[in-house]
Amino acid sequence: MADEMKDIVLKYVTAEYLEDDADPIGFDTPLISGGIVDSFSMVSLKRFLENKYKISIPDDQATPEAFDSVDKIVVLVRKFTQA
Amino acid sequence: MSNIGRYEDCYKTFDWSIAEKELNYQPHGVINIGWYCSDRICEMGKGDKTALIWEGLGGAEKRFTYHDIRRASNTIGSFLKGLGIQPEDRVCLFMDKVPELYLGVLGILKIGAIAQPLFSAFGDESLFVRLDNAKTRAIITQKKHAPKVRKILDKLPHLQFIIIVDHDGKAPLKDREVVFSLEKAAPVEKIEIHPTLAESASLLHYTSGTTGLPKGVKHVHYSLIAQYMTAKWVLDIRDDDIYWCTADPGWVTGTSYGIIGPWSLGVTQCVMDSGFSAESWYKFIEKHKISNWYSAPTAIRSLMKAGEEIIKKFDLSCLRTLASVGEPLNPEAVIWSERVFGKAFLDTYFQTETGSIMITNYLGMKIKPGSMGKPFPGTTAVVLDPKTYEPYPEAGKIGLIALKPGWPSMMRTYWNNEETYLKKFKNGWYMTGDRASIDKEGYFWFVGRDDDIINTGGHLVSPFEVESALIEHPAVAESAVVSKPDPINMEVVKAFVTLKAGFTASADLDLEIMNFIRKKLSPLAMPQEIEFTDALPKTRSGKIMRRILKAKEWGEEIGDTSTLEND
Repeated sequence: MADEMKDIVLKYVTAEYLEDDADPIGFDTPLISGGIVDSFSMVSLKRFLENKYKISIPDDQATPEAFDSVDKIVVLVRKFTQA
Repeated sequence: MSNIGRYEDCYKTFDWSIAEKELNYQPHGVINIGWYCSDRICEMGKGDKTALIWEGLGGAEKRFTYHDIRRASNTIGSFLKGLGIQPEDRVCLFMDKVPELYLGVLGILKIGAIAQPLFSAFGDESLFVRLDNAKTRAIITQKKHAPKVRKILDKLPHLQFIIIVDHDGKAPLKDREVVFSLEKAAPVEKIEIHPTLAESASLLHYTSGTTGLPKGVKHVHYSLIAQYMTAKWVLDIRDDDIYWCTADPGWVTGTSYGIIGPWSLGVTQCVMDSGFSAESWYKFIEKHKISNWYSAPTAIRSLMKAGEEIIKKFDLSCLRTLASVGEPLNPEAVIWSERVFGKAFLDTYFQTETGSIMITNYLGMKIKPGSMGKPFPGTTAVVLDPKTYEPYPEAGKIGLIALKPGWPSMMRTYWNNEETYLKKFKNGWYMTGDRASIDKEGYFWFVGRDDDIINTGGHLVSPFEVESALIEHPAVAESAVVSKPDPINMEVVKAFVTLKAGFTASADLDLEIMNFIRKKLSPLAMPQEIEFTDALPKTRSGKIMRRILKAKEWGEEIGDTSTLEND
């Protein structure tokens, strides 16, 4: 389940935030601190996760740190899908 | 004692010739920002001093002395000349905050061409309108951003060269693409500096307007006089300081105070080319012993949100001067910085059009948290009655912030749009488009914009531009874009949308439209909220009344609705 979620999030981030011929990213690639996803774009990534997993992530938990890699995003999402 | 000394004394006696003399500029003589920011510092005997400490992702670090930036800018200028770039040709820089961006600006200026820096997160449509308007001849970019240029290339016949600074040879070059590598290019020790004069064009920065396309703000080499003086007196930069301006040179702060101000003063500056996190920023300050830090309210509020515990992990005693720009700094942030750093952030105010700081707080002056401060010496700032365009004689009245034209870094025109430029003046005053009041002690207090422009995280977004892009989405029939309050970014973009027949509002469509705008314009312009509605409020003549939608978002009185359709 977690692996499947990781794949889905990675695929989405790659499709939406990377240019066509950009170097591939991994599960632990820094997204926010690495400049791949900026703070404004984080809102659309959060919206994707909420739509996809039918959850609501409170703003105070949608921090740059919590969104900084696919691995970290999956940890965050699982907190709400398991709730 | 701060560089400015006693503000009141400076204000009374100030003349811009003070800066001219310090820079050895002779009126009517040659003045070239590229030379002043590199060669001159070397001629002063500081060639071996570090000019730039650049840090990228994963802590990658590059250092450049003033001799290095002199040679590197010569090398870039020489390469551009070799391509046939002429004085006054527009050369766009479309890059992340990599060294080539900073050095490229100097190189372009040295050969008399006009530097046109653009924010690298712009989508292809935002990029197109700016390159098309400027008839840009060359663009310097990275391979990661080249696809956005390729998408619009067919519509840009004037764009002759796409210069890629990090081509690795893995993919073949495409139409009009050429490679330049700063590391591999033979260093050019000497270059003929183009003899630009005070009124020679230097930079073209684009800014959003309420209606119409973005406007290219033309600056000239004489702007140096004001950028040098304000960096020295407001940011209090001294010879042994380590300076960090967090702004991207795609915006005016990033050139005026991320390139020209600090390098004309010969100081060491740091650049961090990676995303935001509180920990990485504090670590950066500690590691490089930053003494002067120029940032933005959005970042400061994000740091506040990260809490105070994290600050205790770092030794930030190196910090001496903190300043903020982009949007008004809320009083809580000033009070917070005094508590956690022992220093108040100095709020500063200027615009793309003004080129340098106009109204500001100063070290040594009483800080009133939440106030914009007082006009910079040599600047006459007033608040005008919006009915008469005359300055209010009494304190406390809310009106329009206006400036007496004539300061060195004032824009000279909007590119190919003199008509709009002339409309910025009333009764002999430059109208900023912002509203404020002045208290009895002469402090300015920001109230808000006098138009529909959205200031999000210190960046201006045109509702018109977003609305125009929204209706290009196949599902959108009509749209209205306004600001809504936001605790971090002050304002964010909100869109009201009516859908075409056959489309139904849904969470997926909401996300699809958000991403559509993000890619087409920029992440800043992406609506953070979309409200699907059956109809938009319009006047009887069919004009959408943004004012009503905005008032609802801000919990304000809706005001006169006599012209509202179906009222």
